[in-house]
Amino acid sequence: MVERVDSKMLLPREAIDASGQRLPEIVLHGVSKQFRNGALALQNVSMRLEKGEFVSLLGPSGCGKSTLLRLVSGLTPLSSGSIAVNGITPVNARELMSFIFQDATLLPWRTVEHNVGLGLELEHAARPMAKDKVAQMLELVGLTHVAQRYPRQLSGGMKMRVSIARALVNRPRILLLDEPFAALDEMTRDRLNEELLRLYLEQHWTVMFVTHSVAEAVFLSRRIVILAPHPGRIAHVVPVDLPWPRTVETRLTNAYEQQVALVSRMLRSVQAAESTVEGTEGGGR
Amino acid sequence: MKRQLWLMVNSVIVLTCLLGIWKLLVVLLKLPKYMLPSPELVGGAIVDRFQALLAAFFLTSETAAIGLAASIVVGVGIALIFAQWRGLRRLLFPYTILLQTVPIVAIAPLIVMWAGNGAHSVAIVTFIICLAPIIANTTQGLISVDENLIDLFLMHKATPVQILFKLRLPHAMPNLFVGIRVSAGIAVIGAITGELFTSSSRVGQGGLGYSILYASNQMETDYLFALVVAATVLGFSFFFIGMFLEWYFLHNWHESSRSEIPE
Repeated sequence: MVERVDSKMLLPREAIDASGQRLPEIVLHGVSKQFRNGALALQNVSMRLEKGEFVSLLGPSGCGKSTLLRLVSGLTPLSSGSIAVNGITPVNARELMSFIFQDATLLPWRTVEHNVGLGLELEHAARPMAKDKVAQMLELVGLTHVAQRYPRQLSGGMKMRVSIARALVNRPRILLLDEPFAALDEMTRDRLNEELLRLYLEQHWTVMFVTHSVAEAVFLSRRIVILAPHPGRIAHVVPVDLPWPRTVETRLTNAYEQQVALVSRMLRSVQAAESTVEGTEGGGR
Repeated sequence: MKRQLWLMVNSVIVLTCLLGIWKLLVVLLKLPKYMLPSPELVGGAIVDRFQALLAAFFLTSETAAIGLAASIVVGVGIALIFAQWRGLRRLLFPYTILLQTVPIVAIAPLIVMWAGNGAHSVAIVTFIICLAPIIANTTQGLISVDENLIDLFLMHKATPVQILFKLRLPHAMPNLFVGIRVSAGIAVIGAITGELFTSSSRVGQGGLGYSILYASNQMETDYLFALVVAATVLGFSFFFIGMFLEWYFLHNWHESSRSEIPE
């Protein structure tokens, strides 16, 4: 059984300070990424993720938010600038990080249990210990009863929960999520958002979350970074001042709705600026 | 259940009609039995020479199975190498298509000349004809893995060997079985073709290919027909075994193999 932190211990950061644990932080300095075809995906992006912070990246398509996430994961190399994850390079810090993809990306030939255990298996964890951890994770995401099933027998929401369990089994300190719930229906997405926050308060990760959804970003984040495209750059950084813990009730409050409205306006202004640029370019005789 | 029964009744009716037309042709056109023996003569040949037929059947199935098995092992090995080294794949992959297009009847005598008379030459001919579908399909499966899955493995610091055997190879299993199904069908053709060019050590004792040659030389057309039936049964058995293995290994997780064998 995983220990549940008392939900009264609202801020992960406080919880960490109390237990004296060090959590990693992510520092990006003047990061640029130019693809081989010459397209400039990101230009001079600098930001800093505090320990235990939940930051969402929001922006129109083509703003490089997914690229930014991949740079932090080390899956894509930088063109210039620097990224430090807990003081070391992203590639060296891989064991601290877990990446959750837009699709559940489960291995169809493995049962749920063996999908969740994949990371442990690849890193040669001892079998009995691995089995224990897998069982813990399945319980954490409420999937113990489908442990022996194959992915094709699961709903989209369940697959995503398996994907989350798989990401958590190696006890990451940093979670990188690339539009993980984009393919799900709204109700499933809301429920998974609540579960994700519950786990976040228990496990104190530092989180980078890429999304298209303003509502999702506001509900989850401590800060929202809005990116502008062509080239990808930071347009706004919006702190989200909603009380913790955030629950179903949070979505019903005025404060939440005002935040959503504010962020939506900012996002629209970024998009509007973009379309004006495109408009003048297109209209140039 | 009722539908399946109906289907069976239908195919029996079709078969009876075909046999009837056959018999009618023989009677109406007064064909001599060395041109077209009547169905009951063929049936008689099957019963009378059942021992010889069975011996030929098993001899051919054995060499065909050995050739097919070898092509699976070697073909998967080559596909794994192709998956791992892209440059090598680009260089050599076109030659596997060449392997597929070269007519087997043209090279079978060469192989018998080089490797000598005997079952091993037959197995080699079968091996050659079966190899290309295995390589082509397996390679396709190995290299068509979702990029996200590779990234997932890389995030766990997976080695190239782990990516190959824990990700690419299982992912390629459905493709491999498509290759096996194709090759199982042509393995019997390969074996019989091979046997046409190897002579048997003892008269009347050889595989189906040898027996076909013998029966046609002796104008024993009824026995020739019996051999055709045996060869068809053999080809079908190979195909069916391939399908069963595919179902057995994949039905848990892969959609394509779920509905092929009804409950």
